[in-house]
Amino acid sequence: MTSRWLPVWRRNLRVWRKLSAPALIGNFGEPLLYLLALGYGLGGFVGEVKGLPYVVFLASGIVCASAMNTATFEGLYSAYTRMAVQNTWGGMLAAPLAIEDIILGEIVWTATKSLISAAPILIVAALLGAVHDWQALWVLPVVFVTGLCFGAMALVVTALAKSYDFFIYYFTLVITPLFLVSGVFFPLEGVPRAVQIGAQLLPLSHAVEIVRPLMTGQPLHDVLSHLLVPLLYASAAFWLATVLLRRRLMS
Amino acid sequence: MGCVERPPRSLNNNMIMDVVVEACGLTKHYGAQTAVGGIDFSVYRGECFGLLGPNGAGKTTTLRMLMGATPPDAGELRVLGHAIPQQAREMRARLGVVPQQDNLDPDFTVVENLITYASYFGLRGPQLSRRIDDLLAFAALEAKAGAGIGTLSGGMKRRLTLARALINDPDLLILDEPTTGLDPQARQLIWQRLRALLGQDKTLILTTHYMEEAERLCDRLMIIDNGRVLVTGSPAELIRQHIEPHVVEIHGPGVDAWYDGIGHALVRRGERVGETVFCYTVDDRPLLDALSRRPELRFMHRHANLEDVFLKLTGKELRE
Ligand SMILES: Nc1ncnc2c1ncn2[C@@H]1O[C@H](COP(=O)(O)OP(=O)(O)OP(=O)(O)O)[C@@H](O)[C@H]1O
Ligand SMILES: [Mg+2]
Repeated sequence: MTSRWLPVWRRNLRVWRKLSAPALIGNFGEPLLYLLALGYGLGGFVGEVKGLPYVVFLASGIVCASAMNTATFEGLYSAYTRMAVQNTWGGMLAAPLAIEDIILGEIVWTATKSLISAAPILIVAALLGAVHDWQALWVLPVVFVTGLCFGAMALVVTALAKSYDFFIYYFTLVITPLFLVSGVFFPLEGVPRAVQIGAQLLPLSHAVEIVRPLMTGQPLHDVLSHLLVPLLYASAAFWLATVLLRRRLMS
Repeated sequence: MGCVERPPRSLNNNMIMDVVVEACGLTKHYGAQTAVGGIDFSVYRGECFGLLGPNGAGKTTTLRMLMGATPPDAGELRVLGHAIPQQAREMRARLGVVPQQDNLDPDFTVVENLITYASYFGLRGPQLSRRIDDLLAFAALEAKAGAGIGTLSGGMKRRLTLARALINDPDLLILDEPTTGLDPQARQLIWQRLRALLGQDKTLILTTHYMEEAERLCDRLMIIDNGRVLVTGSPAELIRQHIEPHVVEIHGPGVDAWYDGIGHALVRRGERVGETVFCYTVDDRPLLDALSRRPELRFMHRHANLEDVFLKLTGKELRE
């Protein structure tokens, strides 16, 4: 595949630079509140988790959850607006772009948005002393892969959606459970075995498994296989979104 | 292709050499419904080809097949020398499209819209800046270059969409109802611009519900209904073939009785639509003389036009 997806990505970047970049500073506010309130407030009761102060344990989880949420929102609400309300993709399809170019450009954009939301959290965490060393910068490519995965999955849902209301089901049935059982807030050792196995089959826990040691300076294990799971989800979702959107837009 | 018609006499020789669109048996179904039911037509370089038909006739569906936005269920299609939909991407590099519904980017200014759309064609750099300046002048939008889309009038949006469709200097332009909803001034401006494009040897395919617009702009027309071709020809040819030269529309008290008693014998063809009787005739004298003796009947005497052809062929009932 060539770089024909690039103008699609650049279009979204141009809109973001115009409308949202001025509010970038706001991206620091929410993670700061979370880390202060949960990390220290709740952390005061919890004490240490797996040998780490709770705020340190939590920071890496929030980075991954934010990557997931941001890519999901972008791939659902914003992409749906471009597809169904503004008919932006219809305009692109009248130019020499194909469905694959549009979807790839959108997915890479959702992953870019994940980076934009996760980087400030990393900085806030570092300022709070919740990051071990510079090795933590390797978190960014993992965040990007997480964004690709959840952005692609969100586009599949968007391709099927009749309205914005449809997305509530996806949050309730997929995103929120993942958020809760992927080791973001607490280690998975405590949950039933079945839930642990289930989490292993899903992408978010694998992102957490890499990001946490990178941020806390603990030893890394099985990096490739942990990356492979979200990448497989991204590929399968990309393919499925292509099939569904071709049916939807080109019938 | 098997179905290619004889090139129309109205075109000169070098146009005949250049077939821009060749459609054979073009068909599209939506479920049990036939949107386009096997139509054949050709479009030649440098002409303005009008696609007319009532609401739901299949015009937009036909245009979407031409641009490769939806694959035909049956039939053969070549546009600008490319097989469609197989080579649609290559063809679209040489195509401009004004869609029925505007899809300008609401988050961008006028110029940003043009820059962004150009990027889909791989266009950028100083050459693009010059092209955008030219297009802003062409669309009479220089003063609005930095304005947001929300601040534009309907006519300005349509002109911007036309400018956007020209960003790649296309050989073929597809315009789906380019002037619907515009005021007379805005339509005049679009007409002038479309004529200028024809002067640059571009080929235009347009749909419209305004018959005088089709009569004015189009070299040839195809009227379709229910996904089938009714007639093809130049506006003058179609009017001559289907309608008597004079049309008199008559209404007023007692018009029905007058028509049944006297009027019908003075005309070649008459038709009642609501309160009005439409009379079609070759020699208008006897009819006008008879009407001069009935001052209570009000009438309008005019030449046959394309609207008469359209209504005769597609019927006068309302379409939903
Ligand atoms: N995506 C679609 N799904 C289902 N039916 C469709 C679709 N697109 C068009 N149709 C149907 O196909 C028929 C032809 O539609 P089309 O839009 O081509 O008509 P049109 O001639 O452009 O009409 P108008 O003048 O109202 O724009 C209509 O009956 C329409 O309802
Ligand atoms: Mg239409």
